[in-house]
Amino acid sequence: MSESSPSRLVVRIRGVKKSFGANRVLDGVDLDVRKGEVVVVIGPSGSGKTTLLRCINLLETYDEGSIQVDGVEVGFRDGGGAVRHRRSDRELSHIRADIGMVFQLFNLFPHLTARKNVMLGLRKVRGLSAAEAKRTAEQWLVRVGLGDKLDSLPSQLSGGQQQRVGIARAVAMDPKVLLLDEITSALDPELVGEVLTVVQELAQDGMTMIVVTHEMSFARDVGTRIVFMDGARIQVEGTPREVLARTDHERLRAFLARIELKLH
Amino acid sequence: MLYAIRSLPFLWQGLFVTLEVSALVVFFSLIAGVILGVGIVYGPWWLYWPIRIYSDFLRGIPLLVLIFFLYYALPFVSINLTNIAAVVLALAAFETAHIIEVVRGAIQSIPRGQNEAAKTIGLTFGKRLLYVIAPQAVRRFLPPWINAVVDTVKGSALVSLVGIVDLTLAIQQVIGRTYIPMPLYILGAVMYFVINYSLSSASRALEARFAYIRE
Repeated sequence: MSESSPSRLVVRIRGVKKSFGANRVLDGVDLDVRKGEVVVVIGPSGSGKTTLLRCINLLETYDEGSIQVDGVEVGFRDGGGAVRHRRSDRELSHIRADIGMVFQLFNLFPHLTARKNVMLGLRKVRGLSAAEAKRTAEQWLVRVGLGDKLDSLPSQLSGGQQQRVGIARAVAMDPKVLLLDEITSALDPELVGEVLTVVQELAQDGMTMIVVTHEMSFARDVGTRIVFMDGARIQVEGTPREVLARTDHERLRAFLARIELKLH
Repeated sequence: MLYAIRSLPFLWQGLFVTLEVSALVVFFSLIAGVILGVGIVYGPWWLYWPIRIYSDFLRGIPLLVLIFFLYYALPFVSINLTNIAAVVLALAAFETAHIIEVVRGAIQSIPRGQNEAAKTIGLTFGKRLLYVIAPQAVRRFLPPWINAVVDTVKGSALVSLVGIVDLTLAIQQVIGRTYIPMPLYILGAVMYFVINYSLSSASRALEARFAYIRE
């Protein structure tokens, strides 16, 4: 695989709209994510940021617009046109295999050990042999600092350890983009650091990521770009330095003030 | 009393018929119940509603009425089932309705995030079911399913009402000849109990086998 230019577009979102009943949660969202970027999405709850993330791997369908991952339309068979057909489960599974996701509540498989949690996709989706899958899984678990927990069940691990297994499970599939959905929100404060350190290392290795989080120091230090969502739209977008310095935007200022209050 | 003991082989035959009917019913209702149960959870509306109506209807009528219907009423529309076929069909249809609900409950007890996590690593529907949902659902499925099996064994006594000589009818026939009801009914009760107690014990062993610590 030849390495293409560093600015290759990995995720391309155009005019995405979605409603839950009468409630519009995404109202025309455009976003580009290039290879190696860490795009941090911030905003008040109910602003649509988690829904946007879940539309990228079609855990939620979107009603209008287009989401492409590596040039492939995620939600529909063709890229536009009057009549669009939803993709089949088989097509979606194929697309999702290249999009990693880590969840707020970990969602580890409770009946499988840490190693087998990571191995499942490698075996049953990537088709690796048991030995190869085992080697890859162990490599990643060692990388996230869990080399001594390979045979532990999720219930025997702390929240921070579980979430690191969740990260290992996602990145072991070698995804084109990694979606992180408030992955530290369910953790005790003292466990947040160990998880964010792992994410920071992935970012340094060039993993393309879209991160929904309330950790502003992470957004500032690791994010290559910050996107502020409110009222189902992207309100402000730019480098962390630009966005955090925008004092003229009323809603952004109010949101940042609330976050600050929670921090102190 | 001696006569009662001499009748034991006859009772064994009845017991065998009870076990045979029960085994057939458990086999067919398990397969149909699991397929329809998965259909009611994941299927589209045109699959959901027929299964919903079937399940509610079958669970809402007495089993005996169903047996009589299949055996005595169907011949009027030129469908003639042997008594054993009518009985197995009726019991299986009845148990299937219960197992649909057991499967539905077991699957729905698993947090939504499990299916989502399985989707995000690219597993297709069948693989999500096989590797993620089923291993977790089986633990919730077993206890009520064994209850249904026990109900089947007990319910199979109703086959005696269409002239099949199962354990219950065998006992009654021996009593008819010997006029010593007490020991024979106790013997019959013990036989049913032994079967069903073994099943419950096996169930507890299986539950322990599938137990794992959850968060």
